[in-house]
Amino acid sequence: MIKLIVDTLLSQVRTLWLVFLKLFKKKDTVEYPDQQPYMFPRWRGRIILSRDPDGEERCVACNLCAVACPVDCIALQKGEMEDGRWYPEFFRINFSRCIMCGFCEEACPTNAIQLTPDFEMAEYIRQDMVWEKEDLLINGTGKYHDYNFYRVAGKQIEGKDKGEALNEAAPVDVRSLLP
Amino acid sequence: MIALFYIAAIIAVIATVAVILQTNIVHGLLYLILSLLAVAVIFYVLGAPFAAVLEAIVYAGAIMVLFLFVIMMLNLGQHTRDQERSWLTPRGWIVPSLLAAVLLGQLVNVMSQIDHELIPAQIGVMEVSALLFGPYVLAVELASILLLAGLVAAYHLAKTK
Amino acid sequence: MSLEIGSFLSIGLILGVVIITAALLITVERRLLGFWQERLGPNRVGWFGSLQVVADMIKIFTKEDWVPPFADKFSFVIAPGIIMTVVLLSFAVIPFAPNIGVIDSNIGVLFILAMASLGAYSVMLGGLSSDNKYALLGSLRAAAQMVSYEVFMGISLLGVVALTGSFNMREIVESQADGWYIIPQFIGFVIFLIAGVAESHRLPFDIPEAEQEICAGYHTEYSGMKFGMFFVAEYIGLVLISSLITVLFFGGWLGPEFLPPILWFSIKAFAFIAFFILMRAAVPRPRYDQLMSYGWLFLLPLSLVNLLITGVIILSMQ
Ligand code: SF4
Ligand code: SF4
Repeated sequence: MIKLIVDTLLSQVRTLWLVFLKLFKKKDTVEYPDQQPYMFPRWRGRIILSRDPDGEERCVACNLCAVACPVDCIALQKGEMEDGRWYPEFFRINFSRCIMCGFCEEACPTNAIQLTPDFEMAEYIRQDMVWEKEDLLINGTGKYHDYNFYRVAGKQIEGKDKGEALNEAAPVDVRSLLP
Repeated sequence: MIALFYIAAIIAVIATVAVILQTNIVHGLLYLILSLLAVAVIFYVLGAPFAAVLEAIVYAGAIMVLFLFVIMMLNLGQHTRDQERSWLTPRGWIVPSLLAAVLLGQLVNVMSQIDHELIPAQIGVMEVSALLFGPYVLAVELASILLLAGLVAAYHLAKTK
Repeated sequence: MSLEIGSFLSIGLILGVVIITAALLITVERRLLGFWQERLGPNRVGWFGSLQVVADMIKIFTKEDWVPPFADKFSFVIAPGIIMTVVLLSFAVIPFAPNIGVIDSNIGVLFILAMASLGAYSVMLGGLSSDNKYALLGSLRAAAQMVSYEVFMGISLLGVVALTGSFNMREIVESQADGWYIIPQFIGFVIFLIAGVAESHRLPFDIPEAEQEICAGYHTEYSGMKFGMFFVAEYIGLVLISSLITVLFFGGWLGPEFLPPILWFSIKAFAFIAFFILMRAAVPRPRYDQLMSYGWLFLLPLSLVNLLITGVIILSMQ
C-alpha cells in the first residue's frame, strides 16, 4: 500500500519533470508560410494536364480518368483534329470535390493527367475551385519527359501510318493465309 | 452599519416570501440561497463574523448545493409547476399564515420589551471557540456523536452487499 | 492618493491587474502548453504572439450571444455572473503586499472558503438551466467534485491556521518571517494544491467539462461573452489559487530586500501559475469515480492526520 502510494507519487513527479524539460527541446513546428516544407516529388496535390515532348496536348480524351475518379469530379468532351488526333474540347476538374487520390493519374494511358506537389489551392469563392483546361494545361512534360503517346501507339494519324510506331510490327495482311 | 442591517433584513424577508410563492423550484432555491446570504450579512453586522461565514459556507455553500444536486436528479418540468400553483389556493395558505401572524405578533411584542444596543461588540473566532470548547464542550461532543451516527448510517446504506 | 489597504488606488490596481493577468494567461497558457508539447504555440499576432489576447477578445466579443429557447433564461444568464463575482470577490482578502490589499479581515481564510463554495452554484446552474444532457452530466459531476474537494481544502488549510493562530491572511504572512509554512505543512500544501486544482476544475481535474466525454460539460450551450466569462473566470480562479498557495505556504510578499514585496509576491504566484499549466500539459485526467475515491479515501484521512499531528506538535511545544 505504502509502496503503491510512493510509486504513484514518484511517477507523477517524474512525468512533470520530463514534460518540463521539453521547454528546452527543439520544437517540431514548421512555421509554414515563412518556412516552406519540403514537398516530395510524388506528393499528390494540384492536378495538371501535360504536353508531350513535341509540345502537343497529351490528353486523348479517352475518359478513363473520369471513369476512375471515385468522386466523379472530372468532366471532358472529346474533339478530333484534322490530322486524326483526339483531344478534349473542354476538360474540367472540380477541385472542391477532388480528394487527391491519384486514381486519375494511374488510369491515364498517356501520362497526360498528373498530380503535382502543390497544395495551396484555397479560394474564397467556391466557383473558383472549378478549373478549366486553360488553367490545367501546362507547357511541359511534367514528371515523364520523353513519353509520346502517338509515337508508340498504333493509332493512325497524319504523317504516321499503321505499323510505323516505335516497336510496332507491320500490320497483319488479313488476306494472306500465313499466320 | 445600521442601514446595512435593514437592507439585509428586507432582502431576507422578501427572498423568503419569494421562496414560498415561487413555482419554479430552481428559482425558489435561488431565493432561499439569497435569503441565507442576507442572514449571513445580518450576522456580520451584529458582530458575529464567524457565524456569518459559517452560514455562507455550510448552509449556502454545502447544504443548498446538495438540494440543487437532488433537484437535478429529479425530472421536474411544467407539470410540477402546475402542481405547485394548485397548492397556492387561499384555502391552503390562509390558516397557516394566520397562525404565523400570531407568532409574529408575539415576537414583535417580546422584542419591543428588550432594549438592547443593536450593535454589540465584535465576537471573533477565538471567543467562539473558547466558549465551544470550554463551558459547552459537552454539547459539542454530543453533536459530534450525533453526526458520527449519521455518518455510520449513511455508510451502511451506501455499502453494496 | 496613497497606496494603502482599502484605498481606491489599491482596489483599482488589484482589479485591473487581476483581470489583465487573467486575460494574458489565455495566451501565456497556450504558448507554454505549446512549448511543453514541443510546439511553438500561437506566435503570429503581434510580437511573439503578444497580441493574441486582443484577437481572442475581439473574436469573443463579436460572437453571437445566444440563449437557447429551451433554457431557463434567468438562471442561464446569471450563472456566468456568479462565478465571475465570486472569484473576483475572493481577491478582497488576499494580501498582495504590506500596503496593497482591499480589506484586512480577521476571517480571511474562511471568506475564501465561503466564496469557493458559492462558486459551485455557477457551474450547477449553468448546467441545469441549459436543459442539455451533457450540461446536466457536467454539472452533476461538478457539484459532487466541488463539494467534496472543498472539505479537504478547508481541512488542509487548518494546519496553517493553527500554526499562526489566526484566520487573518496578513498575520499568516507575517508569521512566516522565519520560515515558510511549506516546511512544517508539506502534506497540507500537497493536499491544498490538489484540492485547489479540483476546485477550479482545471486539468487534470476538469471532469465537469471533459471535452472528450461530455462535449464541454456544463457550458455546452454557452456562447459569446457568457462563455467568455466562464473562460476568464477559470483563469482568474487559477490566479487566485496560485496567490493563495503563495500566501499560505510560501510566505506571501516576504523575500530578500533587493526586490519590492509586490514583486516577490508576483514571482511566486506566477511560478505556481506556470506549475498549474505544466500539470495540464503533463498529467492525464482521472476517471470520475477514481477522483471521488481518491478524495474521500486518501486525501480526507491524510488531511485529518496532518491536522492531528500539527495539533499535537503545537500543544507539546507550548
Ligand atoms: S485525384 Fe482522384 S478525385 Fe481527384 S480528379 Fe483524380 S481521380 Fe478524381
Ligand atoms: S487525361 Fe488521360 S485518362 Fe483522362 S481523358 Fe485524357 S488521356 Fe484519357
